Amino acid sequence: MRLVRRPFFWIIAAVIATFALAPTYGNNVELREGLLLATVYIILASNLNMMLGYAGYVNFGGIVFFGLGGYFCVWLMSAFGWPLVAATLTGGVAVSALALLFGLGILRLRGAYFALATVGVNEAVMAFVTNFGPWGGSTGIYLSPALFGPLGGPAKALWTIYYLLVGVMGLSLYLSYTVKSSKFGLGLLAIGQNEDAASVLGVPTPRYKAAVYSLSAFLPAIAGGLYFFKGAFIQPPDAFDLQLSTETIVIAMLGGQGTVTGPALGAYLYEELRGWLLTSPTFSNFQLVIAGGLLLVIVLFAPGGLMGLIYRRWPRLRRILE
Amino acid sequence: MIGLLASLLDGILVGAVYGLAAMGITLIWGVMDVINLTHGAMIVAGMFGVYLLSGSLGIPVYATLPIVLVGGFVVGIGLYWLAVHRVVGQPPLMSLLSTFSVNLVLIGLGTAAWGTALFNVQVSLPGLSLGRYTFPGTHLMAAALTGVIGGVLYLFLYRTRTGKAVRAVSGNREAAELVGIPTRRVLALSFGLGVALACVSGMLIATLFPFTVLSGDAYQLKSFVVTVLGGLGNPAGALAAGIALGLLEGLATPFMPVSWTLVIEFVVFVVVLVAFPGGVLGLRRARSH
Repeated sequence: MRLVRRPFFWIIAAVIATFALAPTYGNNVELREGLLLATVYIILASNLNMMLGYAGYVNFGGIVFFGLGGYFCVWLMSAFGWPLVAATLTGGVAVSALALLFGLGILRLRGAYFALATVGVNEAVMAFVTNFGPWGGSTGIYLSPALFGPLGGPAKALWTIYYLLVGVMGLSLYLSYTVKSSKFGLGLLAIGQNEDAASVLGVPTPRYKAAVYSLSAFLPAIAGGLYFFKGAFIQPPDAFDLQLSTETIVIAMLGGQGTVTGPALGAYLYEELRGWLLTSPTFSNFQLVIAGGLLLVIVLFAPGGLMGLIYRRWPRLRRILE
Repeated sequence: MIGLLASLLDGILVGAVYGLAAMGITLIWGVMDVINLTHGAMIVAGMFGVYLLSGSLGIPVYATLPIVLVGGFVVGIGLYWLAVHRVVGQPPLMSLLSTFSVNLVLIGLGTAAWGTALFNVQVSLPGLSLGRYTFPGTHLMAAALTGVIGGVLYLFLYRTRTGKAVRAVSGNREAAELVGIPTRRVLALSFGLGVALACVSGMLIATLFPFTVLSGDAYQLKSFVVTVLGGLGNPAGALAAGIALGLLEGLATPFMPVSWTLVIEFVVFVVVLVAFPGGVLGLRRARSH
């Protein structure tokens, strides 16, 4: 528990507490819905960052974990009457195992080949689910409102889901942080720098890559379960939405890939920006255009993202933030 | 039996157009190690190019081909200087993300302008009858034009000085620079050519099937499947693999719902990527990044 003594540990704790308490104070449902989306973005971006920022592997189809997790959870609840927590956890474990299976195949590819294969995995899974009878095919699965009963009715259930998502967000940040400061994380960073050199120096690259791919699937799958339970409805285009996958990459790059703080900061700012764009009459149709323009500017002129700029301005922060 | 044969022959015709689209990706990849993720958006640009030119200005459908070709070339060179030039030679992450972000901007603008409604281009060409089955004239015309464009591309790459420069840069950029080839201009030219091919294939696809602003994604993925089958950086392989994919679709159509063909294509895609990273028909060895 060396990490507990580092200030960054307590910064994460403060962020979690703020997320949990801010909407509770005054029962602010509108704020809660905004923050709920931010937690989903943070969960997706932090986990993607372990692939993208640490190991240097672009995963365009990270959303497949979120969607599959949602499907497992919704299906277990509607068809077998499982309680929420058991269904989401089972979904997380199942999706992690599936990711390990996919990973064994596509992680033999590198760079652009891998990136293309991740799109292929997402599209293939979406096409499969669209034709898969037990999961409702293209119409998806609806949850009966009665399933909210055990959580104390819909109004109370929404709060419970929010707190659970904040918890998963906290776990994502701690996971990012723990991995980054571990031997495993150093191995991943070495793979990101130069995979052949890392392999020669004794990093077990195939095992590490498979592990991080599977690990980065677990918490997004759980978040997917909670998210789609909240909506009480899941169908393929929502579950395997490549646009959300895309936004996750924009978020990680915006905040600063390879850092723990970056994706969280990027997710919060992106959520605020998105909220502003959606309510603005001029820009509501141009959300993608602006996300794309933002990404282009970052890639061309500030590849380190916001954290890169912050570190350049205040180098001392490197000692506190990760 | 005749139905299956006809379906296969039709698959070859449509597959040739997929091959044309994939040539655009593979040319750019071979020359500058950049995977052009604006490809789908450029295919859609070609589709809307022919739709607007023939619909609003009344230009005959096939006469728009040179306009689309030149327009695509100019747009491609512009895109190169805007988004690609700074990231050539950097890790693949950077070029993937920069072309991808341009794709987002273009698709976003397209969606804002046209929504996601279905469009189609009206062409009346007599078909060719073979027993009870008639091949649509548009399919024959698209395959024929693809053959012509592929031939011209071949002559350009192997018979002209500029084409030889493109191949030289593709082989070894530094060595090409040392013997006095203006590599930056060659890179811009190749990107322009790749985008022009994407636009023309989009124009031809628009004469075959209805399309939306978002159709580009599906054809971009098909192009990737074709490209990895044919070997990245290998235009002739791309054409052959495109025809192979068309055959596969033609073979699958009579036996299963259309929605499953996509699953099969992606399974083929992933399996081929994993089993033959250099491409099934590829003569080149795969690069490690």
